[in-house]
Amino acid sequence: MHGKALPYLLLTPATLFLCVFFLFPFALVAFEAFTRDGGFTLDNFRTMAGSWKFPVTVRNTLLLSAVVVPIQLVMALLMATMVSRLETGRSAALYIFAIPLGISDLAAGLIWLAIFDQSGFLNTLLSNLGVIDRPVMFLGYQSKLTIFIAVALAEIWRATAIMMVILVAGMGLIPREYYEAAEVFGASPWKRFIKITLPLLRPSLQTAIILRVILAFEVFAVVAALGGTNLPVLMGETYNWQFTLQDRNVAAAMALFILAISIGFTLFFLRVLRVPKEARI
Amino acid sequence: MSTVAELSIAAPEARKAGNWLLVATVILLCVWVLLPIYLLIVNALSSPEEVTAFPKRFFPSFDFGSLSFFINFAGVARALWNSVLVATLTMLLSIGFGAPAGYALSRFEFPGKETFRFLVLMTRAFPLPLLALPLAVMFIRTGLDDTAIGLALVHTTLALPFAVLITFSLFSGIPVELEEAAWTLGCTRLQAFRKIILPLALPGIAASAVFAFTISWNEVFAAAVLTIENRTLTAFLLQSLGESPLYLKFAGGAALVIPALIFIFAVRKYLFAMWGIANR
Amino acid sequence: MAEIAIKQVAKRFGSFTALHSIDLTIADQEFMVLLGASGCGKTTLLRIVAGLETPSQGEVWIGGRRVDHLPPRERGIAMVFQNYAVFPHLTVFENIAFGLRMKKLPQQEVEGRVNRTAELMHIEQLLKRYSGQLSGGQRQRVAVARALAMEPDVILMDEPLSNLDALLRLEMRAELKGVLAASKTTTIYVTHDQVEAMSLADRIAVMHQGHIVQAASPVEVYRNPAARFVGSFIGNPPMNFIPAAKAADGSWTVAGLTLPGPKSDKQTIEFAIRPEDVDAGTEGLHATVRVVEPLGPHTLVTCDVEGGLFRAILESNVTVAVGDHLRLLPKPDRIRWFDPETTNAL
Ligand SMILES: Nc1ncnc2c1ncn2[C@@H]1O[C@H](COP(=O)(O)OP(=O)(O)OP(=O)(O)O)[C@@H](O)[C@H]1O
Ligand SMILES: [Mg+2]
Repeated sequence: MHGKALPYLLLTPATLFLCVFFLFPFALVAFEAFTRDGGFTLDNFRTMAGSWKFPVTVRNTLLLSAVVVPIQLVMALLMATMVSRLETGRSAALYIFAIPLGISDLAAGLIWLAIFDQSGFLNTLLSNLGVIDRPVMFLGYQSKLTIFIAVALAEIWRATAIMMVILVAGMGLIPREYYEAAEVFGASPWKRFIKITLPLLRPSLQTAIILRVILAFEVFAVVAALGGTNLPVLMGETYNWQFTLQDRNVAAAMALFILAISIGFTLFFLRVLRVPKEARI
Repeated sequence: MSTVAELSIAAPEARKAGNWLLVATVILLCVWVLLPIYLLIVNALSSPEEVTAFPKRFFPSFDFGSLSFFINFAGVARALWNSVLVATLTMLLSIGFGAPAGYALSRFEFPGKETFRFLVLMTRAFPLPLLALPLAVMFIRTGLDDTAIGLALVHTTLALPFAVLITFSLFSGIPVELEEAAWTLGCTRLQAFRKIILPLALPGIAASAVFAFTISWNEVFAAAVLTIENRTLTAFLLQSLGESPLYLKFAGGAALVIPALIFIFAVRKYLFAMWGIANR
Repeated sequence: MAEIAIKQVAKRFGSFTALHSIDLTIADQEFMVLLGASGCGKTTLLRIVAGLETPSQGEVWIGGRRVDHLPPRERGIAMVFQNYAVFPHLTVFENIAFGLRMKKLPQQEVEGRVNRTAELMHIEQLLKRYSGQLSGGQRQRVAVARALAMEPDVILMDEPLSNLDALLRLEMRAELKGVLAASKTTTIYVTHDQVEAMSLADRIAVMHQGHIVQAASPVEVYRNPAARFVGSFIGNPPMNFIPAAKAADGSWTVAGLTLPGPKSDKQTIEFAIRPEDVDAGTEGLHATVRVVEPLGPHTLVTCDVEGGLFRAILESNVTVAVGDHLRLLPKPDRIRWFDPETTNAL
């Protein structure tokens, strides 16, 4: 009478949808990556890896992630703890911190372009301060380092919010009594953070880090807006293979490569930040 | 004795100092978030000449030259319209598919539930925009290429998991007893849902709809891959990055950012709730 | 006419059996209380009657109609939930009117019935408020009014008073009893509070681990527990149990006292007596006093009898001190005997 079928009926649209638009294209990518003109081959991967740009893109992407994610983690933790201790203006601060969450990576790139451009605000500031007398070309093809810094700043600016939101939500799940108990036993705020917040926040940290690392591998529009082709990254190269070089199969191989390192890192962090089931709140 | 007295005097002072540090840090972080947006808006509200001039003013001149150039630029109006269309479709699709699933997850125990949850959570571990590549081919075959609905379908893969998890947490937050009470008072399942659950969940559902809208509104890669004629605003801006003048870029950037600010404001209450549940 | 018949109803959750083949008949207009410890299956049984849970096996009949395949709305029941389930987005008026509107009654009739039940439950001044503006006790009243307004054949209540403070609970208990008696409905009322059960019930069904151990009037359940569990669960303090060794056929030795008892081929059975059913005297059970608690009208004495705890409620004029040796004489007509293996009364 309650119909055992009802839950399945309700899940069917979403399930079908995910099968057609998530699992199926995923299989399709894999298929295209391993075939060329109808036959099985590893050529696509050879072509991909053989391109002179490939090592550079891999290095840029990984380096960018390695620089950006730890800084974001620290900033997100800082924001989350600060906000939780704030007495007035809590929700205003949370809203402001969360704003970049709603901003597209392209818009973020453009925002930082306004700062780093040759006629941008950074140059204006520096010249107003008398540090420089001519505007500097921060984003030129010769200034790889400043491009990298600009991209890193834009990424940190844009995507810290998502980690912050996850961590704030996670902290909300930690019962207050633990802190009160620790305080009674004489733990300093720093000790409480290290001994209680961090361990109990592990599931949230795990989610935040995994999500952020994957998004970091997907960096695309920020770089396109700030660096053009001067700082090639994986997603940009994939786009190039698909459109500029019109080679779908290599683009698919590239996509599979990104998927592979994403899954690799996901598994890595699942393992490293593993929380035993018994030890959850 | 004196140490005790000192301590009790020192403690509030130390706390005060700590408080100042706290407030200062929070303000600094707020400035870090807000200042770049402000600078973009200064650019958008300056005339094209001012945007390319050097040195720059740190205050807008409220000249709408850049903005009107942007609006009147060939293809922009169409791109804006496409963005809205795709985002609206994405919103409808993801709520239409996601909310029933969220409801099922919150109200029933059944074999396969964990598998479904896993499928949903798995989507997070994948760079989803990449899936636009194979879909591009599939869409050409089915005539979905370069259409708003085609892109909306891809954006729905991005938004659906969120819709499922948010609505799941929403429905879980409404006591089952309310629904059961309605059944005992003469409602069918559907009536109880319409009269009790829906009114209570509506604000949250609206928030997750807005969130889905935002996801689509902001998405760049899939939009650039899947559209040629019918570009969305993000795809349009991306493709004209190379050749378009600075003031067009900044005005475009502002056009992307301002709605986003409003969206995030609209859903601010739910951001934390949905991530709290999504952690598990 | 709404007699409820529960026939061989069982409920399994996966491998766990919450209810083992329950048989229970509740007469028309009877007030039946389901009493038992937490987790014994009271709520599950009630929800099966309501149609909120499907039985794994068995039948439910209401008013001569088999209902176990019917959804709740077609069973002619109304239910009061433990946390009240007052719809937060509707006013009190609309809450009470909800079921009537579902029945598509004319507006006039709806208003009439809402006002009448609101008056009955003393909430007529709250009709315009929302649930969030009510106290727990007021919400409770709304929930009851909402059920009563339906004029159902059967009212089901799941611990409706457990979220109220002690004083309010007393007040509501008396009120519920009056209102339900006047409404002439058949009632199933779930509680784990034995005082509540005693004071409300026409009959009490004592549940234990998914079984109904005894279903009888409050006095019967108190005086003649059908099983050891009932004796040990009901009464505060509960019944005392002492092993009894066979002295002769139909005669048993209990803590130095030989008493006539049931005939049995067992060598040991259990002797049971309520604390208030013993008198201190010169003969009786050998007891050593451990704790003395004067309670005003009488004194609660905890003793050691045959190495086990034994509680006695004595007249407060009996003076006893810790360490005293007492002889406690059980009132012969209040002695009960239990089979230690089946735990059933002999
Ligand atoms: N949906 C379910 N899935 C699995 N087990 C359940 C479920 N519902 C109830 N149970 C189990 O069935 C048993 C009886 O539960 P029930 O809620 O009927 O107890 P109760 O007598 O109402 O207890 P309480 O006084 O605490 O409300 C419990 O052991 C409970 O754990
Ligand atoms: Mg219960």
